[in-house]
Amino acid sequence: MELIQQIVDGLGRGSIYALLALGIAVIFGVMHMVNFAHGELITVSAYTSYWLLTSGFDWWYVALAIIVVAAISSVVIEFVAFRWVRGAPDFTMLMTSFGVHFLVQALFVMYVSANFRQFPRPDWIFNTWKIGAINLEIYDLAVIATTLITLLGTYCLLQHTMFGISLRAAAEDFDAAHLMGIRSNRVIRGAFFLSGLLAGVAAVFWLMRSGQAGPVAGLNPMLKGVLAALIGGLGSLSGAVLGGFALGLVEVLLIARLPTEVVGLTDGIVFVLIALLFVFRPQGLITVHHVERV
Amino acid sequence: MDSGLLNVENLNTRYGSIRAIRRVGLTVKAGEIVCLIGPNGAGKTTLLGTVAGLLNPVQGQVVFNNVDITGWSPDRVLRAGLSLVPEHRRIFGNFTVRENLLVGGVTLSQDQRENLLEEMLDLFPVLKDKLSVSAGFLSGGEAQQLAIGRALMSNPKMLLMDEPSLGLAPVLVDVVFELISKLRDSGRTLLVVEQNAQRILNVADRAYVMRSGQVVAEGSASELSGSEDLFKTYLGGSGVAA
Ligand SMILES: Nc1ncnc2c1ncn2[C@@H]1O[C@H](COP(=O)(O)OP(=O)(O)OP(=O)(O)O)[C@@H](O)[C@H]1O
Ligand SMILES: [Mg+2]
Repeated sequence: MELIQQIVDGLGRGSIYALLALGIAVIFGVMHMVNFAHGELITVSAYTSYWLLTSGFDWWYVALAIIVVAAISSVVIEFVAFRWVRGAPDFTMLMTSFGVHFLVQALFVMYVSANFRQFPRPDWIFNTWKIGAINLEIYDLAVIATTLITLLGTYCLLQHTMFGISLRAAAEDFDAAHLMGIRSNRVIRGAFFLSGLLAGVAAVFWLMRSGQAGPVAGLNPMLKGVLAALIGGLGSLSGAVLGGFALGLVEVLLIARLPTEVVGLTDGIVFVLIALLFVFRPQGLITVHHVERV
Repeated sequence: MDSGLLNVENLNTRYGSIRAIRRVGLTVKAGEIVCLIGPNGAGKTTLLGTVAGLLNPVQGQVVFNNVDITGWSPDRVLRAGLSLVPEHRRIFGNFTVRENLLVGGVTLSQDQRENLLEEMLDLFPVLKDKLSVSAGFLSGGEAQQLAIGRALMSNPKMLLMDEPSLGLAPVLVDVVFELISKLRDSGRTLLVVEQNAQRILNVADRAYVMRSGQVVAEGSASELSGSEDLFKTYLGGSGVAA
């Protein structure tokens, strides 16, 4: 019984990781860049929530606003920063994404505040649903359901629309896609928009639970997203989703089983497990074949 | 301006300090099949890449259909009506055959795309039964036909082909050359790079010979194919197909 609760809990956590990892994998696919600035979308969303909630808006509107703001911010960051390093050496792109990460953080410290600010969480997230001896959190069920719907929508978009086909083509072989008439601007901006939307959905649930905004609010979710994408085999979209759920499950199961005095080591143990995974499967869970970018 | 559909003038392209092509000029008229032959490293791929927009020339001009397309990005060049079947085919291995063809028609309307897809299946009947097969599982010959079909899906005014017979078994090489003849007979304009000099000269109207980044000979296909000198001097040995 406890195990079922833990699995639901883990899948809830994993859902958020999966959405973040998918966004990171989408961008990696078209640009070959690990976007360490992905968490900044959560930071921006967190401040949006803080301002709107403290101005008296209802969480439903705030959730919608978060998704819109995250998607737009993602496109803006691409336009301002990443556009200039397209096709640059991997290291240049890595440094740029770190640069954006620290720059956005610094901007919030300088012009807003270095401190965390609390905002009200919706009260239903603490409700539980009893089925016999099982006690499920409504929050977890809501995250899982929303994530599944979002993933299904994303899947249909990628499989059945020309935009989706273009995006996948560019991820597999950018030059060949370019030769087919796919516009790099459009496909890269589209990738950032999609990635931002996914981050927005993740942000809604992450923030409902954390209830706070701060300059480093995005750091933890970014790390989890990058890790999950790595676990899945960077660039594989299904791998990223799988990696997210796996990471969430492992974390929850570990926390539940570790003796209380070493629970603080959970993250460390997770890293060791990931290192072990890479010893045995350097390509991550799912192997993708794509042509090197020039 | 020349009367050709494609006019390349004084084109120079570098990879860093390497001058891969130098002062290259060529013309392809509408309805013509022109071939470009020459040994490995002669600069044939570089020339097609520069025309198609994958590479930026340091000097020179590419005029297509009376428009100066020098330095245009590949997607713009394609929209202008010039489509490249790249070296090594570069089909999308994770895609189904159908998806590969659809990508080729990304610039068209939905209706046009569906119509052209049907046309391609008539032209390449082998692909018909494989529409939902992952393209990574196709044989070399099927993959080459898919690559050509995908390039034709944009309904181009002219097709550039880079070594369509490369790496194919002899029977499949025959298939590719038959296909080129078929495209010629249907009035398409083609610029084909081929290692298989003698065979491509049999189907082409005119030919250019490249060596060390430069055009060193040109002429009608029949002239060149009868020239012992050409094969001895530029193509290293006999002209008999491998
Ligand atoms: N990406 C690159 N970077 C540096 N040099 C290159 C690159 N690609 C080609 N070259 C050089 O440019 C010259 C022309 O190469 P290119 O590929 O155009 O020749 P090719 O005629 O197509 O040869 P092949 O018949 O082998 O395909 C060669 O000397 C080659 O080494
Ligand atoms: Mg070549």
